[in-house]
Amino acid sequence: MRSVIDVPDLSLQELQQLMDTAEDIIARPAAYSECCRGKKLATLFFEPSTRTRLSFEAAMYELGGNVLSVTGAGTSSAAKGESVADTAKTVSCYADIIAMRHPKEGAALVAARNASVPVINAGDGGHCHPTQTLADLLTIRREKGRLDGLTVGLCGDLKFGRTVHSLITAMSRYEGLRFVLISPEELKLPSYVKNDCLKRKNIPYIQTTDLEQVIGDLDILYMTRVQRERFFNEEDYLRLKDSYILTPEKMKKGRADLCVMHPLPRVNEISVAVDEDPRACYFKQVLNGKYMRMALILMLLKEAGRL
Amino acid sequence: MNVDSIRDGIVIDHITAGCGRKLYQLLGLENTDVPVAMLTNVASAKLGRKDIIKIDAEIEVNFDVIGYVDPGATVNVIRNGVLVEKKQIDMPETLVNVIRCKNPRCITSCEQELSQVFRLSDRTKKEYRCLYCETKAAVL
Repeated sequence: MRSVIDVPDLSLQELQQLMDTAEDIIARPAAYSECCRGKKLATLFFEPSTRTRLSFEAAMYELGGNVLSVTGAGTSSAAKGESVADTAKTVSCYADIIAMRHPKEGAALVAARNASVPVINAGDGGHCHPTQTLADLLTIRREKGRLDGLTVGLCGDLKFGRTVHSLITAMSRYEGLRFVLISPEELKLPSYVKNDCLKRKNIPYIQTTDLEQVIGDLDILYMTRVQRERFFNEEDYLRLKDSYILTPEKMKKGRADLCVMHPLPRVNEISVAVDEDPRACYFKQVLNGKYMRMALILMLLKEAGRL
Repeated sequence: MNVDSIRDGIVIDHITAGCGRKLYQLLGLENTDVPVAMLTNVASAKLGRKDIIKIDAEIEVNFDVIGYVDPGATVNVIRNGVLVEKKQIDMPETLVNVIRCKNPRCITSCEQELSQVFRLSDRTKKEYRCLYCETKAAVL
């Protein structure tokens, strides 16, 4: 049974197909509004999430399907000690496809190995969040018209930020890219991501702590939140949380065609005043995420012979 | 120092000097009731110094453990005092229930019934990563 746990589970050709499908859904939504009639998506969210869960649910509703939802480990059988494997087997009896978020890294893989329906990883701790990356890729392609030959700046928590790791992994498969890694010393990109994705493929990158110095070089500025839940030590979080705040002043140094992205939710790393700037693309990114999830649900249900 | 040759059993030879104890431990030899001899820092024409483990019975040995701890070690199977099989052990692609993931955020940290699975991620660096969370295995 085909599941999607991480972006490399999808070939470049499949990524292209998903983006093409998403574009077609945007152009002709009515053509897709009955595609999943009678089908059920189970959203199993054992960790707090608003946008990802709602995005999956909206995606399934817009395809004409239904949604079964579990939110919070406290309200599910997980609270009684049920394993992820047993949960996946059980939910497979009710649903045609599962989207799961879990605080433990690797939980989605365990679910996929035990479910008899496709599983989509909607985030497993700090590990992977592939559908966010799908949203990011579609946003970049729609805003810049291409996924190659770009200078991509990533700013904020590059150590624990799973969206950053997934995006670098995904984009490192395209040609002519250059990465600018902007973070405090304590939140630098882990060396294994640098080694596996950048050094091994000879992709040029620079590391800096100064956003203003490099913002003028960027095609894409991908801001991230310093996430409280990834820290064991509250003091470290408080010290680092306000490292970067993107303001209209800083935006003046950016190119006219800069595309500012953020996986959201933001706390204060992007000033609300930046929202009015036409280069702010983070709410478009949210919408693109729904279309890519629609495309992914369609692809997996078709492959599973359920459509 | 002399250790009697064995009649029926297994000799793990050409172990890099210093790796013998780790191998002894991971193979679970401290829990076996058959005679086992471990020789350390034995003179070797090939390696300079080497460790050797002699097991005086043909017990089941997890070759993956040997390939993980010390690829290049050889396993000799002895029957009736005659060498009947000689195996050169390579790094296994997958390790199951040999080492544990140390990442407290890994699903294996809270679901104890899951097998501990590691995959070879970089052969030149002898690097293994947890199948579930992709955390690198601690260096031996």
